[in-house]
Amino acid sequence: MLPYPILTISLTLMWMLLNSFTLGHLILGALVAVFASWAMASLRPDKPKLNKWYLLPKLFFIVLYDIALSNIAVAWLIIRGRTKGGKAGFLTIPLEIKDRTALALLAIILTSTPGSVWLEYDSYDGSILMHVLNLDEEEQWIATIKNRYEKLLMEIFA
Amino acid sequence: MIYPAVDLPLPVAFAVAFFLLVGAALALIGAIGFLRLPSFYERLHAPALGTSWGIGGIMLASMIYFTAASSRLVIHEILIGIFVTFTTPITFMLLARAALHRDRTARSHGVPRKYPIGPEERPREDDESQAS
Repeated sequence: MLPYPILTISLTLMWMLLNSFTLGHLILGALVAVFASWAMASLRPDKPKLNKWYLLPKLFFIVLYDIALSNIAVAWLIIRGRTKGGKAGFLTIPLEIKDRTALALLAIILTSTPGSVWLEYDSYDGSILMHVLNLDEEEQWIATIKNRYEKLLMEIFA
Repeated sequence: MIYPAVDLPLPVAFAVAFFLLVGAALALIGAIGFLRLPSFYERLHAPALGTSWGIGGIMLASMIYFTAASSRLVIHEILIGIFVTFTTPITFMLLARAALHRDRTARSHGVPRKYPIGPEERPREDDESQAS
Protein backbone atom coordinates (compact mmCIF):
# COMPACT_ATOMS: atom_id res chain seq x y z
CA MET A 1 0.00 0.00 0.00
CA LEU A 2 2.61 2.55 1.08
CA PRO A 3 6.08 1.61 -0.13
CA TYR A 4 7.73 4.84 1.03
CA PRO A 5 5.94 6.19 4.13
CA ILE A 6 8.39 9.08 4.74
CA LEU A 7 8.07 10.25 1.14
CA THR A 8 4.28 10.09 1.33
CA ILE A 9 4.19 12.13 4.55
CA SER A 10 6.65 14.70 3.16
CA LEU A 11 4.63 15.13 -0.02
CA THR A 12 1.39 15.58 1.92
CA LEU A 13 3.10 18.15 4.12
CA MET A 14 4.46 19.96 1.07
CA TRP A 15 1.04 20.03 -0.55
CA MET A 16 -0.48 21.57 2.58
CA LEU A 17 2.33 24.11 2.95
CA LEU A 18 1.78 25.25 -0.63
CA ASN A 19 -2.01 25.41 -0.33
CA SER A 20 -3.47 25.65 3.16
CA PHE A 21 -3.89 23.54 6.28
CA THR A 22 -7.50 22.44 5.80
CA LEU A 23 -9.14 19.02 5.83
CA GLY A 24 -9.92 19.21 2.13
CA HIS A 25 -6.31 19.81 1.20
CA LEU A 26 -5.16 17.07 3.59
CA ILE A 27 -7.29 14.54 1.71
CA LEU A 28 -6.31 15.83 -1.73
CA GLY A 29 -2.64 16.04 -0.78
CA ALA A 30 -2.64 12.54 0.70
CA LEU A 31 -4.19 11.18 -2.51
CA VAL A 32 -1.53 12.87 -4.65
CA ALA A 33 1.21 11.67 -2.29
CA VAL A 34 0.03 8.04 -2.36
CA PHE A 35 -0.05 7.97 -6.16
CA ALA A 36 3.33 9.69 -6.34
CA SER A 37 4.88 7.13 -3.99
CA TRP A 38 3.50 4.31 -6.14
CA ALA A 39 5.15 5.95 -9.14
CA MET A 40 8.36 6.14 -7.11
CA ALA A 41 8.06 2.43 -6.22
CA SER A 42 7.98 1.49 -9.90
CA LEU A 43 11.36 3.19 -10.27
CA ARG A 44 12.72 0.78 -7.64
CA PRO A 45 15.30 2.98 -5.91
CA ASP A 46 17.34 1.63 -3.01
CA LYS A 47 15.37 1.92 0.17
CA PRO A 48 17.42 3.93 2.69
CA LYS A 49 17.91 2.13 5.99
CA LEU A 50 17.55 4.72 8.72
CA ASN A 51 19.05 3.46 11.92
CA LYS A 52 19.38 6.38 14.33
CA TRP A 53 17.09 8.93 12.68
CA TYR A 54 17.12 11.09 15.84
CA LEU A 55 20.71 12.09 15.02
CA LEU A 56 19.53 13.84 11.83
CA PRO A 57 18.67 17.16 13.54
CA LYS A 58 22.11 17.12 15.19
CA LEU A 59 23.76 16.67 11.79
CA PHE A 60 21.54 19.41 10.38
CA PHE A 61 22.60 21.98 12.96
CA ILE A 62 26.29 21.03 12.78
CA VAL A 63 26.16 21.48 9.01
CA LEU A 64 24.26 24.78 9.30
CA TYR A 65 26.91 26.11 11.66
CA ASP A 66 29.84 24.91 9.50
CA ILE A 67 28.26 26.39 6.38
CA ALA A 68 27.82 29.75 8.11
CA LEU A 69 31.50 29.75 9.15
CA SER A 70 32.78 28.82 5.72
CA ASN A 71 30.45 31.40 4.15
CA ILE A 72 32.26 34.06 6.12
CA ALA A 73 35.68 32.61 5.26
CA VAL A 74 34.98 32.43 1.52
CA ALA A 75 33.31 35.85 1.41
CA TRP A 76 36.39 37.28 3.15
CA LEU A 77 38.70 35.55 0.69
CA ILE A 78 36.80 36.97 -2.30
CA ILE A 79 36.75 40.52 -0.92
CA ARG A 80 40.29 40.73 0.43
CA GLY A 81 42.04 38.43 -2.01
CA ARG A 82 44.26 35.52 -1.05
CA THR A 83 46.70 35.68 1.79
CA LYS A 84 50.26 34.91 0.71
CA GLY A 85 50.99 31.27 0.00
CA GLY A 86 47.36 30.17 0.14
CA LYS A 87 46.22 28.20 -2.88
CA ALA A 88 43.34 26.11 -4.07
CA GLY A 89 43.84 22.46 -4.86
CA PHE A 90 42.52 18.95 -5.25
CA LEU A 91 42.07 16.59 -2.37
CA THR A 92 41.46 12.84 -2.33
CA ILE A 93 39.74 11.44 0.72
CA PRO A 94 39.14 7.74 1.32
CA LEU A 95 35.69 7.06 2.73
CA GLU A 96 34.22 4.14 4.60
CA ILE A 97 30.54 4.77 3.95
CA LYS A 98 29.02 2.75 1.16
CA ASP A 99 25.33 3.54 1.60
CA ARG A 100 24.03 5.47 -1.41
CA THR A 101 21.73 7.76 0.54
CA ALA A 102 24.51 8.63 2.99
CA LEU A 103 26.85 9.41 0.11
CA ALA A 104 24.20 11.58 -1.53
CA LEU A 105 23.72 13.44 1.74
CA LEU A 106 27.47 13.94 2.09
CA ALA A 107 27.59 15.27 -1.49
CA ILE A 108 24.84 17.76 -0.67
CA ILE A 109 26.67 18.86 2.50
CA LEU A 110 29.99 19.32 0.71
CA THR A 111 28.61 21.21 -2.29
CA SER A 112 26.48 23.43 -0.06
CA THR A 113 29.57 24.37 1.90
CA PRO A 114 31.33 27.22 0.10
CA GLY A 115 35.01 26.41 -0.25
CA SER A 116 34.60 22.74 -1.05
CA VAL A 117 33.22 21.05 -4.16
CA TRP A 118 32.65 17.34 -4.56
CA LEU A 119 34.11 16.31 -7.91
CA GLU A 120 33.73 12.56 -8.16
CA TYR A 121 33.22 9.41 -6.18
CA ASP A 122 35.25 6.36 -7.05
CA SER A 123 33.23 3.27 -6.21
CA TYR A 124 36.27 1.04 -6.89
CA ASP A 125 38.29 2.17 -3.88
CA GLY A 126 35.55 4.22 -2.18
CA SER A 127 37.34 7.54 -2.28
CA ILE A 128 36.14 10.99 -3.24
CA LEU A 129 37.96 13.67 -5.17
CA MET A 130 37.24 17.18 -3.95
CA HIS A 131 38.42 20.64 -4.82
CA VAL A 132 38.98 23.03 -1.91
CA LEU A 133 39.48 26.76 -2.09
CA ASN A 134 42.03 26.87 0.68
CA LEU A 135 44.43 23.94 0.62
CA ASP A 136 46.30 25.25 3.71
CA GLU A 137 43.59 23.68 5.80
CA GLU A 138 44.02 20.31 4.12
CA GLU A 139 44.32 18.40 7.41
CA GLN A 140 41.35 20.29 8.79
CA TRP A 141 39.16 19.43 5.80
CA ILE A 142 39.98 15.73 6.09
CA ALA A 143 39.37 15.76 9.85
CA THR A 144 36.05 17.59 9.44
CA ILE A 145 34.76 15.18 6.83
CA LYS A 146 36.03 12.03 8.50
CA ASN A 147 35.17 12.84 12.09
CA ARG A 148 32.29 15.29 11.97
CA TYR A 149 30.21 14.12 9.01
CA GLU A 150 31.19 10.58 8.17
CA LYS A 151 30.91 9.24 11.72
CA LEU A 152 27.45 10.74 12.17
CA LEU A 153 26.32 9.53 8.74
CA MET A 154 27.54 6.03 9.51
CA GLU A 155 25.53 6.04 12.71
CA ILE A 156 22.41 7.36 11.00
CA PHE A 157 22.56 4.98 8.02
CA ALA A 158 23.84 1.82 9.60
CA MET B 1 -4.81 40.71 5.36
CA ILE B 2 -1.25 41.98 4.97
CA TYR B 3 -0.28 45.11 6.86
CA PRO B 4 2.00 47.61 5.09
CA ALA B 5 5.69 47.44 6.00
CA VAL B 6 5.51 50.78 7.88
CA ASP B 7 3.30 49.27 10.58
CA LEU B 8 5.79 46.54 11.51
CA PRO B 9 7.19 46.68 15.04
CA LEU B 10 10.77 47.95 15.10
CA PRO B 11 12.58 44.77 16.31
CA VAL B 12 10.83 42.71 13.61
CA ALA B 13 11.73 45.28 10.97
CA PHE B 14 15.35 45.13 12.11
CA ALA B 15 15.42 41.33 11.94
CA VAL B 16 13.88 41.35 8.44
CA ALA B 17 16.33 44.00 7.22
CA PHE B 18 19.29 42.17 8.77
CA PHE B 19 18.57 38.81 7.16
CA LEU B 20 17.64 40.41 3.84
CA LEU B 21 20.91 42.36 3.74
CA VAL B 22 23.02 39.37 4.79
CA GLY B 23 21.42 37.22 2.10
CA ALA B 24 21.72 39.87 -0.59
CA ALA B 25 25.32 40.69 0.37
CA LEU B 26 26.36 37.03 0.20
CA ALA B 27 24.69 36.60 -3.19
CA LEU B 28 26.52 39.71 -4.44
CA ILE B 29 29.89 38.57 -3.10
CA GLY B 30 29.28 35.19 -4.70
CA ALA B 31 28.62 36.88 -8.04
CA ILE B 32 31.77 39.02 -7.71
CA GLY B 33 33.82 35.94 -6.85
CA PHE B 34 32.33 34.13 -9.83
CA LEU B 35 33.67 36.93 -12.00
CA ARG B 36 37.06 37.41 -10.40
CA LEU B 37 38.46 34.06 -9.29
CA PRO B 38 41.19 32.83 -11.66
CA SER B 39 40.46 29.18 -12.51
CA PHE B 40 37.31 27.24 -13.33
CA TYR B 41 37.48 25.01 -10.26
CA GLU B 42 37.88 28.03 -8.00
CA ARG B 43 34.96 29.78 -9.68
CA LEU B 44 32.79 26.78 -8.78
CA HIS B 45 33.03 27.76 -5.12
CA ALA B 46 31.65 31.27 -5.43
CA PRO B 47 27.99 30.55 -6.30
CA ALA B 48 27.78 28.28 -3.26
CA LEU B 49 27.65 31.47 -1.19
CA GLY B 50 24.40 32.38 -2.90
CA THR B 51 22.93 28.91 -2.68
CA SER B 52 23.69 28.36 1.01
CA TRP B 53 23.26 31.31 3.35
CA GLY B 54 22.45 33.71 0.53
CA ILE B 55 19.16 31.97 -0.11
CA GLY B 56 18.89 31.14 3.61
CA GLY B 57 19.01 34.77 4.69
CA ILE B 58 16.47 35.95 2.14
CA MET B 59 14.25 32.98 3.00
CA LEU B 60 14.36 33.81 6.72
CA ALA B 61 13.63 37.48 6.03
CA SER B 62 10.64 36.57 3.90
CA MET B 63 9.35 34.13 6.53
CA ILE B 64 9.66 36.68 9.34
CA TYR B 65 8.13 39.50 7.31
CA PHE B 66 5.08 37.65 6.06
CA THR B 67 4.50 35.94 9.41
CA ALA B 68 4.50 39.31 11.17
CA ALA B 69 2.64 41.20 8.46
CA SER B 70 -0.20 38.75 7.95
CA SER B 71 -0.21 37.60 11.63
CA ARG B 72 -0.25 33.90 10.77
CA LEU B 73 2.56 31.39 10.33
CA VAL B 74 4.01 31.62 6.80
CA ILE B 75 6.77 29.05 6.33
CA HIS B 76 6.31 27.69 2.83
CA GLU B 77 9.51 29.54 1.78
CA ILE B 78 11.36 26.69 3.46
CA LEU B 79 10.44 24.55 0.43
CA ILE B 80 12.50 26.89 -1.79
CA GLY B 81 15.48 26.37 0.51
CA ILE B 82 15.05 22.59 0.50
CA PHE B 83 14.73 22.34 -3.27
CA VAL B 84 17.65 24.67 -3.95
CA THR B 85 19.89 22.76 -1.52
CA PHE B 86 18.94 19.37 -2.92
CA THR B 87 19.24 20.26 -6.60
CA THR B 88 22.38 22.44 -6.78
CA PRO B 89 24.81 19.52 -6.21
CA ILE B 90 23.53 17.96 -9.44
CA THR B 91 24.44 21.02 -11.51
CA PHE B 92 27.71 21.55 -9.67
CA MET B 93 28.79 17.96 -10.13
CA LEU B 94 27.78 17.93 -13.78
CA LEU B 95 29.87 21.04 -14.50
CA ALA B 96 32.81 19.92 -12.36
CA ARG B 97 32.99 16.45 -13.85
CA ALA B 98 32.69 17.79 -17.39
CA ALA B 99 35.65 20.09 -16.69
CA LEU B 100 37.58 17.27 -15.04
CA HIS B 101 36.95 14.92 -17.96
CA ARG B 102 38.10 17.56 -20.43
CA ASP B 103 41.24 18.40 -18.47
CA ARG B 104 42.15 14.75 -18.08
CA THR B 105 41.64 14.08 -21.77
CA ALA B 106 43.80 17.10 -22.62
CA ARG B 107 46.44 15.93 -20.09
CA SER B 108 46.30 19.36 -18.45
CA HIS B 109 48.85 20.15 -15.82
CA GLY B 110 47.78 20.00 -12.17
CA VAL B 111 44.67 17.88 -12.66
CA PRO B 112 44.86 14.62 -10.74
CA ARG B 113 44.86 11.45 -12.82
CA LYS B 114 44.19 8.55 -10.58
CA TYR B 115 45.36 5.93 -13.02
CA PRO B 116 47.96 6.19 -15.78
CA ILE B 117 45.42 4.67 -18.17
CA GLY B 118 41.69 5.34 -18.48
CA PRO B 119 39.37 4.31 -15.63
CA GLU B 120 37.87 1.57 -17.83
CA GLU B 121 41.28 -0.09 -18.06
CA ARG B 122 42.01 -0.49 -14.40
CA PRO B 123 42.49 -4.01 -13.02
CA ARG B 124 39.46 -5.68 -11.55
CA GLU B 125 39.48 -8.00 -8.57
CA ASP B 126 37.68 -10.83 -10.41
CA ASP B 127 40.25 -10.71 -13.22
CA GLU B 128 43.01 -11.59 -10.80
CA SER B 129 41.08 -14.47 -9.29
CA GLN B 130 40.50 -15.88 -12.78
CA ALA B 131 44.20 -15.66 -13.60
CA SER B 132 45.35 -17.56 -10.54
